[in-house]
Parts: sequence; structure tokens; C-alpha cells
Amino acid sequence: MDLITPDFGLFFWQTIVFLVLIFVMAKFAWKPILGGINNREKSINDALASAEEARKEMQNLKADNEELLKEARAEKDAILKDARELKEKIIADAGEEAQAKADKIVKQANESIEREKKAAMAELKNQVATLSIEIAEKVVRKELSEEKKQHQLIDKMLDDVTLN
Amino acid sequence: MQPNLEPIILSRTGTMIAHKSFKIIVTLTLAFVLLPFFAFASANKVAEESEEKEFNPTDMIMHHIGDSHGWHFFGSGDNSVTLPLPVILWTDNGLVSFMSSEFHHDTEGHHIVEKDGQRFVNYHEDIYQLEEGVEAVEFDEEHHPLNASKPLDLSVTKNVAAMFLTVILMIWFFFGLASFHKKKAHAPKGFNNALEALVLFVRDEIARPQIGEKKYMKFMPFLLTVFFFIWITNLMGLLPGAANVTGNIAVTVSLGLFTLVLILVNGSKDYWKHTFWMPGIPTWVKPILAIVEGAGIFIKPIALMIRLFANITAGHIIILSLIGLIFILESHGVAGISVPFALFITILELLVAFLQAFIFTILSALFIGMAVEEHEHH
Repeated sequence: MDLITPDFGLFFWQTIVFLVLIFVMAKFAWKPILGGINNREKSINDALASAEEARKEMQNLKADNEELLKEARAEKDAILKDARELKEKIIADAGEEAQAKADKIVKQANESIEREKKAAMAELKNQVATLSIEIAEKVVRKELSEEKKQHQLIDKMLDDVTLN
Repeated sequence: MQPNLEPIILSRTGTMIAHKSFKIIVTLTLAFVLLPFFAFASANKVAEESEEKEFNPTDMIMHHIGDSHGWHFFGSGDNSVTLPLPVILWTDNGLVSFMSSEFHHDTEGHHIVEKDGQRFVNYHEDIYQLEEGVEAVEFDEEHHPLNASKPLDLSVTKNVAAMFLTVILMIWFFFGLASFHKKKAHAPKGFNNALEALVLFVRDEIARPQIGEKKYMKFMPFLLTVFFFIWITNLMGLLPGAANVTGNIAVTVSLGLFTLVLILVNGSKDYWKHTFWMPGIPTWVKPILAIVEGAGIFIKPIALMIRLFANITAGHIIILSLIGLIFILESHGVAGISVPFALFITILELLVAFLQAFIFTILSALFIGMAVEEHEHH
């Protein structure tokens, strides 16, 4: 059994043993081990992928939320703005209306004053006329208290009638 | 067995040369590292004592890194503690088997075991079948047995037994992990988790990058088995008293052949085309390149088998040499230096054990990847 001469017996055993070992290990050890590792790697990869997906979904959701929030905020702003405008408009309208009403009231008052004034003037005129008649009556009565003067007036009146 | 004789002769002469270089290596290490410290104590002793009591470091090292028919733990001769292993021989009269303990620790060819009317001796861990009436095996000058033949030795040797141990460990470890995976879907804990990390290492660092996403799964059983087989065997080989399985050329030849067969069987059309008729170069270069590439197909696995064998064996030799120094110099003091050195090398070997398993696997994957690759047309 020398160092550099292959010994047939050992070669024979090595070959047989190794060949059998390869097949036995392949069937009963390597196949389940590599299969198990493969499955595990696959499941890890799947888990990672689904986690990634979930993360993305989450991000989308977050983005959606942000969008919604933004929209809501914008809507709020818009509503507030509308409300403010409406308020101002209402105030402005109310002012105008009040003005118009006031104007109308003033106008009516003016008209009523005018009317009252005219009525007062008319009454005054009547009063003045009545007073004038009463004064004239008193003057006439005083004038007619003397006989001469009565005749004079009759004459004059008669004159006026004939003229007519 | 006639066909086996020629390589034996070659290797015998090769071993002779190897023996000399071992001595030179050991002596040089000694000269550089230890002599300055122990010159007084040892120089004379070695000269005197080497004659009376021979300690041959080469034999010791070769014994430790080589294969044997029994699993020897400690002690020597009849006092040694040895696990007997079955000796299985294919002789001209069919299968013969007996336990290695029947040799009674004899490796010098003295003790003859008789079985079914055939007689066997163990000479330096080679089993020889003696001819009729012969009492001891004799060799000619080239270590050719003169009066014995060498039956086909299919014994469960120390290396085979150690290989079985690795197989048992692998089955124990990975069947456990497999049953966990069958039961539960989550990641394992503790030892199973460590094993799974290594499986993933082979898959993600070796198979996927070298072979490609599409085809790597087909070669995973081979790559995983070869990686863990080499690594566990390497580590087991570092234990005291353990066998040097992956540092045995027969084992690495077998492993290299597996890679070669996978390349040959799975080579794509493109691969063969690129090997034997490389497109895009001048026609007269093509045959030259075909020869180079054709040789490359075989050189690749040969490089694999030599690399693993040489690295593991070298590590064992260094450790054994360092320990052997204590006995060469016959001085306890040497242990103060060679033991820490040996410890350091052993720790280094732990790294080498992983590294060589990794390199063998990744290069196998690379070669397979090159073979199965579909080239895009230039």
C-alpha cells in the first residue's frame, strides 16, 4: 500500500460507498433539506412582498387620508368664506333695505307733512274766510246801524244787480 | 494478479526515492529549527544510538499516512490495541475473508494465515498468497514477489472503515436536519442551524455562482455530498489514531473520477464544440487547441485528485515529522518545541480541512459549470 499508487480495494470501496452515499443523501437528506430551505425562502419572500404591499397600501391610505383632509379643509374654508360673504351681503342688503325703508318712511312723512300742511293751510284759509266774514258782518252790522248808510248800501247793491 | 504488478514495481522504486527525500526533509527541519538548541545533547547520542535501536521516521510516517488492514490505536507488537477489520480477498478460488487480527499484528510476512487451503501473509500491508510449500514471501530486486501472487484485495481496511464512519456521521447529521425540515417550516436552531448554514454556503457560494441559476439544482446532491464527505473525513483524519482517507490517492482518484464523469455526461453541445473545434479562431489553430483542450478535460480532475491528496498528506507528514523529531533526537526536550509546532500545524490543518473540501467542491462546480454552459453565439 504505497503513497502514490491507487490501491484498487480502497478505490473500489470509495467508489461504491460514495455512489451509494450520493443517492441516499440525495433522496433522504438533500431533497427534504433543500426543499425545506426553498419553501422557507419562498415564504419569507412572500411575507416580505406582502409586507411591502401592505406598506404601499398604507401609504396610499395615508395619502388618501391626507387628500380627504385637504379637501375637507378646503371645503371648510370655502364654507367659511361663503358664510362670511353671505354675512357681508346680508349686512349690506339689510343696510340698503333699511335705507330704502327709511327713505320711504321719510318720503311718506314728507308727503304726509305736505298733506297736513295743505290741509292746515285750507283750514287756515277757511278759518280766515270765516273770520273775514264775521269781521265783515261785524263791520257791515256796524255800518248798517245807521239808516243812511243802509240806504246807501241798498242802492249800491241794487246798482250791482242792475249791472248784472 | 498480473495487471497489478507493473504499478507496484514502479511505486516501489518511487517509494525508495521518496524515502530518501523524507529523510532529507526531516533532517533539514531538524537542522534549521532544533540543532541550535540541542546541539550538545543530541549530536553524539544520535550517532551512537541509531545503531543499537533503529527508529526509522520514514517507516513511521508511511505507516501512519498509509492504509492498513487493522485499525491500530497504540502500543506495539502483541501489546498493541488494534481494531480488527475484515480482510476480503478475491483469489483464483473465489472470495476469501477473515479478520485482520489473524495476522497477529504481523506486517513482515512471517505469520501465515491459512484459509480454505490457501495461505496468506501480510507483508507491509500488502496481502500475498503464498505458493504451495512456501514459508515466506521472497522478492527479487525490484520487489517482485517470486514465490507468491497478489490476490485482488477488497478488504475493509482502516481507510474504508474510516470512510464508513464519515458516512454514518453524515447520515446522522443530515437525516436529523432533513427530519426537522419535514416537520417544521421555520429555521432550525443550534447544530441543525450550523449544518443548514453550510448547506446554504455550498448552494449560494459554490453551486449557484459556478453553475448558474438554471442548472445548479441538478448537481447539488453531488456537490453537497462531496463537500461534506471531504470536510468531515479531513477533520476525522486529524484525530489521533484516525485514518488518512482523503490523503490517499485511491480515494481522491475516485472522487476526481466522479467529477470527470459528470463533466463527460453533462457536457453541452457547445462545450464539445468549444473543446474540439473552437469557433472564432484560424482553422490551423483549431487542431492544436483541440489537443490542448482535450487533454484539459482529463487534467482538470487529475489536478483535483492530486491537490486534495497532496495537501492532506503533506499536513499529516509535517505533523508526524515534528513529532518524529523527538524520537530521532532521543530527547524529551525537543518535545518542548515540536509539540507546540505540531499543535500549530494541526490548527492550520483544521483550516486546510475546510479549505480543501471547499476547493475541491468549487472547482468541481466550476468545471461542471463550464461543461453545461450554453454559449451565446459570438
